[in-house]
Amino acid sequence: MNWTAVGAIYRFEMSRFFRTLLQSFISPVISTSLYFVVFGAAIGSRIDEVEGVSYGAFIVPGLVMLSVITQAISNASFGIYFPKFIGTIYELLSAPINFLEIVAGYVGAAATKALFIGIVILITASLFVPMRIEHPFAMLAFLLLTCLSFALLGFILGIWASNFEQLQLVPLLVVTPLVFLGGSFYSISMLPGIWQKIALANPVVYLISGFRWSFYGLADVPIAVSLLAIAAFTGICLAVIWWIFRTGWRIRD
Amino acid sequence: MTAMVEISDARKVYDGGFEALKGVSLSIEKGEILALLGPNGAGKTTLISCICGIAVPTGGQIRVGGHDVVRDFRKARSLVGLVPQEVNLEPFEKVWNTVRFTRGVFGRPRDDAHLEDILRRLSLWEKRYAKINELSGGMKRRVLIAKALSHDPEVLFLDEPTAGVDVELRRDMWRIVADLKAAGTTIILTTHYIEEAEAIADRIGVISRGSLMLVEEKDALMTRLGRKELRIELQEPLDAVPPQLSEFDLSLEEDGRVLVYSYDTGAERTGIGRLMTRMTEADIVLRDVRTRQNSLEDIFVDLVHDTGTDAA
Repeated sequence: MNWTAVGAIYRFEMSRFFRTLLQSFISPVISTSLYFVVFGAAIGSRIDEVEGVSYGAFIVPGLVMLSVITQAISNASFGIYFPKFIGTIYELLSAPINFLEIVAGYVGAAATKALFIGIVILITASLFVPMRIEHPFAMLAFLLLTCLSFALLGFILGIWASNFEQLQLVPLLVVTPLVFLGGSFYSISMLPGIWQKIALANPVVYLISGFRWSFYGLADVPIAVSLLAIAAFTGICLAVIWWIFRTGWRIRD
Repeated sequence: MTAMVEISDARKVYDGGFEALKGVSLSIEKGEILALLGPNGAGKTTLISCICGIAVPTGGQIRVGGHDVVRDFRKARSLVGLVPQEVNLEPFEKVWNTVRFTRGVFGRPRDDAHLEDILRRLSLWEKRYAKINELSGGMKRRVLIAKALSHDPEVLFLDEPTAGVDVELRRDMWRIVADLKAAGTTIILTTHYIEEAEAIADRIGVISRGSLMLVEEKDALMTRLGRKELRIELQEPLDAVPPQLSEFDLSLEEDGRVLVYSYDTGAERTGIGRLMTRMTEADIVLRDVRTRQNSLEDIFVDLVHDTGTDAA
């Protein structure tokens, strides 16, 4: 591994984040607060409790996941799409680095940004609702794996996209619905019969379930299944990226 | 002399089926400046892309410093710096950061003093904290060069470095290239300004339609093909070349107002003196005299034109 190169990419990407630190910081805080106002106060006051946890506290893990997944995808996809768009990708292609180093730099930076925002949201949320974290290490592990795996997905999308519309397409049409329907704001057990089974086809359900378990010990699916699901997802993304660089798909002539 | 870049039978067929390189073989010596001339779409950039790792050759072998560019890409690429044709730069980034980035991506440890030296040589030091999009077009080109030099490459590729650049900057660029050559850097540049190849190259290669038409020492090429024309403007137009002058290779142009004498600059006697004497004897009054050197451009146009005719 050429760690100097990985570090150079990582620092370069992070410097863009720090240049816009205020925006990076303010927007998740505002959107989280809005979610709390709408879901927590307006709707939540009629829901009361879900499986023994106040509704406000119940949605915290889902909210964190929602932002982390969105941020990881958008940061990573933009991070690699932008050099493609403005042409600076020539530099990466002509540098003595392999695909692992490029991925480690871009995905590492995107995952770091997502993690940072996830933590900011957790802190913001703790100002609104009383929260407890029963399994802090599991919580961190889930958070890290989610940042990483969705940054990998974002990286793939960024390579695939040939214009800005495509860059927005998958997050908008696929990821956001999956996250919203993945139990961010409700427990799968609240769904009527058949929909509980259908919901299990949504990979995000396993993530949110596992993540929520690390907070309150509540899970829609067994924790081991959650872990397995996210590991499998990460593996698939890595395999796709490996294939992309092997064949040079959409990057190298 | 050792070969720094060895290209043997390099081929490139793009996915669409377009054959951009049809078996190019070329050896570039350490420390020389090679200019690749050719019309647009001739394969110059494809050849450079294949050497630098931006495109994968579909046939043949390319070695840089003895390392295969595909199998041994790390060693090969770390010797190479590339200044691309397009001004591809991150618009909101600062000059200093982007140059540092390139050095890092090439795996070299941070060395601020070295980067300062490069930026000073390129007159960019005062602009180091400026954002790229605040720079003029010429400055941006310098940033591209600074990036390409940031990791001390032994081979530098300049893909049309002076396309759309003003005269002053072009001279500057030539001076920079001369400095690099003096420091021992091997330089390959593509251009379609023949003037540029004439001014700075040691050897000249001509590419047309994916094939290398010729590679020759510039001076040898110029002497071999270099002829000079003496154009004599006459006071009174002539209907035909007078018989007194039949021993010279003369032709009449511009309705008989200009007498053209073409001769070899390399020959022992050019025959100009004798021609003048004969003209005076024949009572031909001249108004003005000009000479015109056959430039590389003429050679180039001839060459590309000939192949065009062959292919047709």
